[in-house]
Amino acid sequence: MRKIWWKFLAAGLLLYTVIFGLIGEVPRQPILNETIRNVYFHVPMWFGMMALMISSLVYSIKYLRNGQVQDDVYAVEFANVAIIFGVLGFITGSIWGNYTWGDPLPKDPKIIAVEVGLLIYSAYFVLRGSFEDEQKKARLSAVYNIFAFASFMPLVWILPRLTDSLHPGNGGNPAFGKYDMDSNMRMVFYPAILAWILVGVWISSLRIRIKLLNNHLQDNL
Amino acid sequence: MQEIKNLIMKDIILEWRQKYAFNGMVLYVVSTVFMCYISFKLKTNSIEPITWNTLFWIIILFSAVNSITKSFIQEKTGRQLYYYQIAKPSSIILAKIIYNFLLMVFLGFLGFLIYSIFMGNKAENLGLYLLSLTLGALGFSASLTLIAGIASKSDNTAGLMAVLSFPILLPILSMLIKLSKNAMDGLAFRASYDEILVISGIDLIVIALSYMLFPFLWKS
Repeated sequence: MRKIWWKFLAAGLLLYTVIFGLIGEVPRQPILNETIRNVYFHVPMWFGMMALMISSLVYSIKYLRNGQVQDDVYAVEFANVAIIFGVLGFITGSIWGNYTWGDPLPKDPKIIAVEVGLLIYSAYFVLRGSFEDEQKKARLSAVYNIFAFASFMPLVWILPRLTDSLHPGNGGNPAFGKYDMDSNMRMVFYPAILAWILVGVWISSLRIRIKLLNNHLQDNL
Repeated sequence: MQEIKNLIMKDIILEWRQKYAFNGMVLYVVSTVFMCYISFKLKTNSIEPITWNTLFWIIILFSAVNSITKSFIQEKTGRQLYYYQIAKPSSIILAKIIYNFLLMVFLGFLGFLIYSIFMGNKAENLGLYLLSLTLGALGFSASLTLIAGIASKSDNTAGLMAVLSFPILLPILSMLIKLSKNAMDGLAFRASYDEILVISGIDLIVIALSYMLFPFLWKS
């Protein structure tokens, strides 16, 4: 019970997000109208993806420091779930963009950044698939993970701020936090971020446990 | 320091002795430029400045991937084991990066010369264009050297090299295209400080990471 309290928290917050995200008061904005509710689902996907990618990075560094196979399993599964979050964010974003910007895939540096991010992590799995030896696979993919993360970061945080973007907060567009979101929305938005991050960690922890149990079974055979 | 110098000299001498690899790289650049010449200039006799610029960077990107791939597979495993005994991994990666940088600067400048002969020179601020070429050579060589180290451990080196390196090179490539576009428009150095700063920053990050991560690769 002591260790699983955060799972109840995640489930509760998610329920709260879904219910109050759909029935709560939102400000009327031109063009955006009711679609502004997507902010509870689209934006937290990116927060979740970032949190999972950073966890994956931390475990890759840990693996290189002490060479525990367990850390490698953690890094892989966090990256796996990060990709799923990335794809979900991509889909919710393009549905939203279809109705507000009139185009599911407009030219936008943030969309390009995410496509590159998905390519990088897919390459990570291709790299893992091409080695037989466990130790070698783990070490090389950990090196690539760290290297890829470091070159992915400027793409996400620096480049969109230098060019124009349709997304709020870049290139002269005001951020949601400044004008569009009132305190009612914020009461749902911040719990939503926390809820989705926790759900991401939960899914990864389940996958990690299955993988570790599988490894354990194979060792005993 | 001496160690790094010796390792670079070793690479240059090796390259000089087996000239076919080097000639192959030069021929690769020349024939790609010639193919672009035939398919663009000869057919329509005109090329948009933006296409001119992007095409050049794609040629440079492919020749960089192609020539740096062989950094670690050129020499036999036994000989690599020998280097492992006598040299520090950090000096090996620095030597490889510097050597590949020199190679890329040479190939880039040569490519630019041939490209401007065939396709016309559209760069108004030549100094800035060559600066972007040099910065690009530094970034490409640093990131591709580490990735060549990773890919060389696998059986499918060439395929893995492309898959692993393209997404990583994209940020720097897009910045380089922007900087060289400024150079083509003849803007002064002052107008492109931002881009130069960001590209140098990415270059530094990539070099520092290669330096830190290579010892882990070298062990296996």
